[in-house]
Amino acid sequence: MARKKRKSEELSPSGNNFVTIYVMGEAYRVPKDLTIMKAMEYAGYRFIRGCGCRGGFCGACGTVYRTRDSYKLKVGLACQTVVEDGMYLTQIPFYPANKKDYDIKELQADTQVLVKLYPELMRCIACNSCTKICPQDIDVMGYIQAAIRGDIAKVADMSFDCIMCGLCASRCPAEIVHYNVGLLARRLYGAKIAPRAQHLAQRLEEIKAGRFEPGLDRLTKMSEAELSRLYYEERDIEPE
Amino acid sequence: MYPESMQESIRRLEATREERIKQGKIPLLDAEAKKALLKSFHPDYIETSMRALAVGPNKGERTPHEIADCLEAWPIVDPKRFDPDNPKFTVDVLVIGGGGAGVAAALMAQEHGASVILTTKLRLGDANTMMAQGGIQAADKENDSPERHYLDVLGGGHFKNIPELARALVTDAPGVIAWLEELGVMFDKTQDGTMITIHGGGTSRKRMHACRDYTGAEIMRTLRDEFKSRGIPALEFCAAVELLTDDEGACAGAAFVNLDTNELFTIRAKTTILATGGCGRLHIQGFPCTNHYGATADGLVLAYRAGAKLIFMDTIQYHPTGVAYPEQIVGQLITEKVRGLGAHLVNAFGNRFIYELESRDITASAIIRECTERKNGVVTPTGRVGVWLDTPLIELLKGEGAVKKNLPAMYHQFARFGIYMDKEPILTYPTQHYQNGGILINEVGETGVKNLYAAGEVAGGIHGRNRLMGNSLLDILVFGRRAGRSAAEKAQMLSVDKGAGFKHLIKFQAELRAAKVPKERRSPILLPEYRRPELQTPFAFVNR
Ligand SMILES: Cc1cc2nc3c(=O)[nH]c(=O)nc-3n(C[C@H](O)[C@H](O)[C@H](O)COP(=O)(O)OP(=O)(O)OC[C@H]3O[C@@H](n4cnc5c(N)ncnc54)[C@H](O)[C@@H]3O)c2cc1C
Ligand code: SF4
Ligand code: SF4
Ligand code: FES
Repeated sequence: MARKKRKSEELSPSGNNFVTIYVMGEAYRVPKDLTIMKAMEYAGYRFIRGCGCRGGFCGACGTVYRTRDSYKLKVGLACQTVVEDGMYLTQIPFYPANKKDYDIKELQADTQVLVKLYPELMRCIACNSCTKICPQDIDVMGYIQAAIRGDIAKVADMSFDCIMCGLCASRCPAEIVHYNVGLLARRLYGAKIAPRAQHLAQRLEEIKAGRFEPGLDRLTKMSEAELSRLYYEERDIEPE
Repeated sequence: MYPESMQESIRRLEATREERIKQGKIPLLDAEAKKALLKSFHPDYIETSMRALAVGPNKGERTPHEIADCLEAWPIVDPKRFDPDNPKFTVDVLVIGGGGAGVAAALMAQEHGASVILTTKLRLGDANTMMAQGGIQAADKENDSPERHYLDVLGGGHFKNIPELARALVTDAPGVIAWLEELGVMFDKTQDGTMITIHGGGTSRKRMHACRDYTGAEIMRTLRDEFKSRGIPALEFCAAVELLTDDEGACAGAAFVNLDTNELFTIRAKTTILATGGCGRLHIQGFPCTNHYGATADGLVLAYRAGAKLIFMDTIQYHPTGVAYPEQIVGQLITEKVRGLGAHLVNAFGNRFIYELESRDITASAIIRECTERKNGVVTPTGRVGVWLDTPLIELLKGEGAVKKNLPAMYHQFARFGIYMDKEPILTYPTQHYQNGGILINEVGETGVKNLYAAGEVAGGIHGRNRLMGNSLLDILVFGRRAGRSAAEKAQMLSVDKGAGFKHLIKFQAELRAAKVPKERRSPILLPEYRRPELQTPFAFVNR
């Protein structure tokens, strides 16, 4: 992250519309109502790491902070959390974590597979730190318990909203990488447990057999006027 | 929490709800009415928003000033500072961009026997693909067909699409869905495995496949996991700033900057695939945008300098429903799925003014008309205007809990600001969303520059002058896969022994000089500038 040297007047904006935040120990006055991300930019930081979608989807901007009145460490996504007066901020854009390499085609979706690939699962002490920190309000400990039981479908469902921000892994005393366990479970569920779409297989056969080629040949050669007539006059629309 | 001024309007909206439900679907506009609406209200039709390009392969063609400023610009790094004779890596296939198109291309290139390296400006997967919520189209149901899909694509694109590209798109679509299913993407399905599909704007059949409202995230994280499992090398936080060309003008790799260390280096490759996504962060005409942080049109710039022709660069997609309140998330996307589920678009007086599932350009224009000419918009405390999306209606139509169940990501996003969309409507206004045009490609992703491929949002021609929802996630995978396969096969027939460097830049710079382009104007942009003006400094590696 590149930052231009702080100017002395930074601390001057006063009044109700500004709050003080601390970024890596330095104080800045920033307009209240900004998200942490926008406030840091206002303060002069240009993000290189720790910023991606700016919309709560990519998990690049996990941020740990404290407020003056409490000993508690709080967390949030920098692009979604609004600054508070006295906030001490630390971004954790990248947290080291292990991921197993596998060929999903070869894996068996049995009750042992998650624990076999991620044996540290068994070390969970049910402290619930992971759930408490998750900015997506996921019951993380719940899906880790399901993983220990080997209930892949449950893990897949419960972890679905995970944006892989890594905050849970940063707090886990058992050094579990929750989000990679969830990801594996979802891939196993999608590939092996959910029934395959029959209509899809059938359509692939038809395409292979060239069933749509004559129709597409005709359409691709059509003039704009002909296409327009088909589109505006003959196209029927499936009811809601 | 809405301020009292806005709550008053909400009460009016609630008062018309019963009647609106009875009203049902309102009629679609006919071709003439559509044309008139677009001409008067679509941002693309504002004459002064664009200019004709003064240099390069598209000289004389019009494009928004913000894009023209990137295309008519000098390199950010002096090419002499690179040493192309001592590349950091030499590979068969170089993939630039770590979104859906890039990762799909890399997977396919590797499967087809090529050595591959992927480079990306942010983290792998920090890309527009991660943000797509609504869904991905494919004609795989009984009552549907690739021909129907084709006609919808062409109608959406105002019949200007390149037919062969649209045909490739619809023909490969079911195969792409099957590929994703095999890789473990969790599509919404019924008990027996049937895909749950819904309408999107402009579709004649319910062919939108979704993974709750995390469709892009689910696809991206699966592809990324597969990519990592296969051990394909990737360089993150490395931005391409120029292409390399050989004596014959063919692409021979690219030049990069490591954004963390400012190291400058080159990668030599037999074939190169540009998958750098779109241009949302240029904020065309001052619109807010839905895009990720790195969407700054870099790929267009690189390809253009090397001599690739662009197409449809005078059309940008404004998503009809961006967030207009609260201020913190202005511009972010409210997925079309919200309207697909039945939410009405309603003005300040509680009235509907357009059929909700018209194509995007039409709906966006209608909202702009409602807020500007007709002055029927809702004004926010910061002076923005917008119209309501009546989301509590979804609960009435689809049952209690339907909002939370079908739109968990959206629900969450608003709840963070104390707005509960199952109980209150949300305020919306068009936002810059998608680059309809791009680098002209053929059916296998080849550009006008030899050995240079393009796939994904950076490429153009597939969607004509307007893209329909769900066809982009599809296109990045269709053409990412095609480009990956083709680039790998082509690489097997090439060697890397010819000279490579920046000859193309000499010619391009001569044009810039002749056109008197100011020296301070530099590109690619790489990252948008959101610091206060007095705190802005250029990247350390930029020549001054
Ligand atoms: C909020 C949102 C919702 C959407 N919803 C849908 C939807 O429901 N359905 C649908 O079909 N489409 C949707 N779209 C559109 C679709 O998601 C994108 O068009 C598509 O994902 C683009 O994929 P891509 O791989 O081409 O580019 P991206 O996914 O954007 O990836 C581009 C990559 O290139 C990298 N890059 C950029 N410049 C450089 C450089 N100079 N050097 C190296 N790397 C670089 C970026 O960092 C990034 O990794 C949505 C888009 C957005 C923003
Ligand atoms: S489960 Fe962990 S990685 Fe996933 S969103 Fe929650 S805290 Fe982040
Ligand atoms: S933080 Fe770790 S140890 Fe604690 S409950 Fe979560 S998984 Fe178990
Ligand atoms: S930047 Fe993507 S979640 Fe915050």
